[in-house]
Amino acid sequence: MDIPRIPLGSWIEGGLTWLTSEYSVVTRGISRFTQTGINSLNDGLMWLPEWALLAIIALICWKLAGPRLAIGAAAGLALIWNLGLWNPMIETLTLVVIATLVAVVIAMPVGIAAALSERLYRVIMPLLDFMQTMPAFVYLIPAIPFFGIGSVSAIFATVIFSMPPAIRFTTLGIRQVPVELIEAADAYGATRSQKLFKVQLPLSLPTVMAGINQTIMLALSMVVIAAMIGADGLGSEVWRAIQRLRPGDGFEAGIAVVILAMLLDRLTQSLRRSSK
Amino acid sequence: MDEQRPVKIKVRGLSKVFGKQPNKALELRDQGLKRSDILEKTGQTLGLSNISFDVYEGELLVIMGLSGSGKSTLIRCLNRLIDTTEGEIVIDGENIPTLGEKALLECRRRHFSMVFQNFALFPHRTVRQNAEFGLEIRGIDKTERQKIAHSALKQVGLEGWENAYPNQLSGGMQQRVGLARALANDASVLLMDEAFSALDPLIRKDMQQELLQLQTKMQKTTVFITHDLDEALNIGDRIVLLKDGEVVQIGTPEEILTQPANDYVRRFIEGVDRARILTAASAMRPLRTTARESDGPRTALHRMREHAIDSIYVADRDRRLLGLLEADAANVAIKEGAEKITGHLTQDFRKVSPEEPLQNLFAMFSEKSFPIAVVDEEQRLLGVVVKGAVLDELARAGEQ
Repeated sequence: MDIPRIPLGSWIEGGLTWLTSEYSVVTRGISRFTQTGINSLNDGLMWLPEWALLAIIALICWKLAGPRLAIGAAAGLALIWNLGLWNPMIETLTLVVIATLVAVVIAMPVGIAAALSERLYRVIMPLLDFMQTMPAFVYLIPAIPFFGIGSVSAIFATVIFSMPPAIRFTTLGIRQVPVELIEAADAYGATRSQKLFKVQLPLSLPTVMAGINQTIMLALSMVVIAAMIGADGLGSEVWRAIQRLRPGDGFEAGIAVVILAMLLDRLTQSLRRSSK
Repeated sequence: MDEQRPVKIKVRGLSKVFGKQPNKALELRDQGLKRSDILEKTGQTLGLSNISFDVYEGELLVIMGLSGSGKSTLIRCLNRLIDTTEGEIVIDGENIPTLGEKALLECRRRHFSMVFQNFALFPHRTVRQNAEFGLEIRGIDKTERQKIAHSALKQVGLEGWENAYPNQLSGGMQQRVGLARALANDASVLLMDEAFSALDPLIRKDMQQELLQLQTKMQKTTVFITHDLDEALNIGDRIVLLKDGEVVQIGTPEEILTQPANDYVRRFIEGVDRARILTAASAMRPLRTTARESDGPRTALHRMREHAIDSIYVADRDRRLLGLLEADAANVAIKEGAEKITGHLTQDFRKVSPEEPLQNLFAMFSEKSFPIAVVDEEQRLLGVVVKGAVLDELARAGEQ
């Protein structure tokens, strides 16, 4: 007996084509807007001389996490500069920053809503599982018809891939607030928003920060992969090294990614500690 | 007490069913079924059944019951942290169970302050910010609420701790913050949910005493939940005794002790008698100060002067009792130029174990009437008993 194959793939393609043709105005708009954001941030960061930006970042590290991180950051960035990977590094940093911002802006309200509504929680959690376990490359494919080749598509895919932990941790953080504290707030006649802003959010802040840290790390890994669809940055250096079979260049760019990752990780972790 | 007193909160026919078919449970109850049968038949828990009582203006009403008696549910029904199933709770003409969301918030703000068993302080806020919480919620401006919070903290003896965080304080102090938060709010009713149960016994006694003092000053209508009859008798103007979600007896401590409504109450009181009247441990008080064996006579004298006493017990490092130093003996030691007090101790005092019956203690007070030392098997000093405490305990026993 011949069971016909379910044409799942062509359904999805049909849906995507419909979306692209119907909403091309919207996607073009988003695309242009995001591209402008990326360009101005890139230009701004590159306008600064390398040593100045290096000093600023080291200073921020000093303020937030102490001298050790500051020294590490300065050394790492100096190495990147020396390897001639400064501009790709800035491009990658820009993508990560913008993708993380967008992800957090979407994730916070969604996470809060899911924490407060049991029904929404049950809808959102499987969706997050889906978003996280779907191989990251897959997001790159529909991104292109939506936003064209380049950085905007990279950000789109990165946001989808890196958002789940921010949502999850926000929800978790709010749900972890002890019942008796909620009861105390209720007993004194707090409204929902007073409860949220005076009790639930401040108490969940360390957990939320942990989620944001995860989001940044995922964004960084995705931004590198996104070089496959023409995103600029360290990823494209790696990609080029692969195509030309030049392991030396590949590792140099790879090490730059690692340095950037460690820097962002330690920085956000120190933010998390100070929010405790 | 006086039935003519103005009623602050009127509770009538209050019931609470936990579960999805409350009406079914209430029906079965009206047919005379017990709580356990209802649970078995319908899966619904009858938390409270047909509770009626009044809270008078300015009184301290204790709601007392063992765990599972429904006392925590009851206090949460009063400010509707838990929704009721049937019945009325009327405060100043407002029926709380039927209030809309907005009116309920308003009612909670105006009428209720609450102190919780596990303190429920906000860990991210300083002591002062915790005390300010109720006022902040009500939108009172910053300077005003800081002033009120300051005076509330002063009232509970936490002046100078304003900028500490709750986790830097001991349990007793944390609950003082909880109390200050409630007092600062100046709502018309103070709800205290097992407020002192998480504190250790001595601090608990202190807090009870302080609450009573505050109460004589402020005359705030207070509903106090406890599982401890001793505490209920100590602080309550009136007591509502709960068992299995029903009221067993309502009355003054005196009435509960002298006219127990049924065998359940009687058994309860007997338990109290035995526990608190018969032994030295019940009349024992902690020592305000002791001298160490390494102390010199001047140090010992200084300690006596500090605490206005004229003899002091001397213990070694492990708190084992070595003897008693009288002020005269200390004086002699100073004149002789002695560096240590160990040579000038007297053993002319009585010591007993905590299990010693009080009747026996009474006879032990000699003419000089030093406090009797209470020591354990290893001669460690636990506390002292003074004549007044024995008399007091015996007098109470005689009344009952």
